[in-house]
Amino acid sequence: MTAPNLRWRWREPSVLPGFGPALGFTLFYLSLIVLVPLAALIARPWEHGWNGFVHVVTDPRVLASLRLSFGAALAASAVNAVMGLIVAWALVRYEFPGRRLLDAAVDLPFALPTAVAGIALATIYAPHGWIGGLFAPFGIKIAYTPLGVFVALVAVGLPFIVRSVQPVLQDLDAEVEEAAQTLGAGAWQRVRTVILPAITPALVTGFSLAFARAVGEYGSVIFIAGNMPMKSEIAPLLIIIELSQFNYAGAASVGLEMLIISFGALLLINTLQLLLSRRGKR
Amino acid sequence: MRASAPAKPSGLAWLVIGVGVGWLALTILLPLVSVFVEAFRKGVSVYLEAFKDPDALAAIKLTLQVAALAVPLNALFGLSAAWAITKFEFRGKGLLLTLIDIPFSLSPVISGLVWVLLFGANGWFGPTLDQWGVRIIFTYTGILLATILVTFPFVARELIPLMQEQGTDEETAAVTLGAGARHTFFWVTLPNIAWALAYGVLLCNARAMGEFGAVSVVSGHIRGLTDTMPLHVEVLYNDYNFVAAFAVASLLAGLALVTLVLKTVLEWRFSGELARSARH
Repeated sequence: MTAPNLRWRWREPSVLPGFGPALGFTLFYLSLIVLVPLAALIARPWEHGWNGFVHVVTDPRVLASLRLSFGAALAASAVNAVMGLIVAWALVRYEFPGRRLLDAAVDLPFALPTAVAGIALATIYAPHGWIGGLFAPFGIKIAYTPLGVFVALVAVGLPFIVRSVQPVLQDLDAEVEEAAQTLGAGAWQRVRTVILPAITPALVTGFSLAFARAVGEYGSVIFIAGNMPMKSEIAPLLIIIELSQFNYAGAASVGLEMLIISFGALLLINTLQLLLSRRGKR
Repeated sequence: MRASAPAKPSGLAWLVIGVGVGWLALTILLPLVSVFVEAFRKGVSVYLEAFKDPDALAAIKLTLQVAALAVPLNALFGLSAAWAITKFEFRGKGLLLTLIDIPFSLSPVISGLVWVLLFGANGWFGPTLDQWGVRIIFTYTGILLATILVTFPFVARELIPLMQEQGTDEETAAVTLGAGARHTFFWVTLPNIAWALAYGVLLCNARAMGEFGAVSVVSGHIRGLTDTMPLHVEVLYNDYNFVAAFAVASLLAGLALVTLVLKTVLEWRFSGELARSARH
């Protein structure tokens, strides 16, 4: 029985049963639900050749929607990085009435259907709404403007930051901080030299999760955006508009363009994080 | 175990708490409260009126029917993927894990679009299927496929890290002692992962019932036929029928709250039996 051991093996032998059926079903289901549909997304834009693709993806209206989707996602995630850190800090470091309840409530945007959040936000921030009404006298419109898109994306992204940072803050050794304090480090210096370096990787992870979600977000944005061409149209809406004109190649082109840009952005963020962590170690 | 226990706040701490709590109230609690306020704005009887509409009832039924199939299928997939990935060593595992996560990074609209590209009137297989009298887009099947794609990784993502932590010792012992495959799975593996499975199913179900973007692309918005609850909310809202829109939305918000309570209970009660990512 020595011969089989010399052969190149793609799996380690095991006494456990069911490898074949389990992997078989996994691959079949994965292909059916994810891979084949994704292949259509990648293959379809080229129906009218390279020029047809370029024509769609450089259309001014498409570019305007991408600028809005990615710009608002970036701004919302940046705001959430700061506010999410404060929320996580309050939840982890202090004991106050209602802390556990609020901690559980952080996940609400994960559970609340986007259409529900969408109509609620549109109503709150409309000119006569609870918050929109406070800004209307100053001539500031929130709902039905790009500002509304930003507000909705802020509401969607918060839990990603909080949940990424929370475990790191919990594990962060209070003794290190106390030592820094005993050695005479001021509050700001402690935050800058002890806390921030430790949580930066988690913060970046949370930021990229929130960003990725915000870029493709549809339900919670569509009601508050106003959807004015060139002004407050988000990129996913452009896909729907192309589809409603039975332009499948156009819709697939916009979809593929969104995917490529967001993978590029995430790659950039991850590279940045890698460089930062290397610098930190030196 | 917490390295640093929560401290009694003082001075600057109250400012941090105030800002944090205020932000949570503004971005998360206020929208939730507004759903119920708007739904009951004209009283309980008008609220209940919304559920006498046959289209609303059809939407509720369709949402339940979609989740009833999408969730078990994805649970079955999660179990078999986790079994293959965590109990065996084989090449290409990393690639498989990456592929399973793809649906999380797709825009919901793209998750709907891909089915139209395949089965729509101008899709790859659409015209052929149409000749055979099979319609997928603008039917229950299309809505089901879009929902399955959106919720695809939920169960697998809960099970894989946990079963990785648990290793293969217990199953190997059972098999070595002569237990059959079915016996080993149901009496050794399943008890170890039951709560994690419940956790994954819970999150999968919440998303399946609440999905909007992907379903919106494939549904065609045929009232009483292909409108799920979230789509029905949109239809009512766009008709300026705000009370009815928020009434149906309040049901979905209730579902979210129940999900959140169950999730929190699972996290507190069974934190040792959930994947590390689910504990905090």
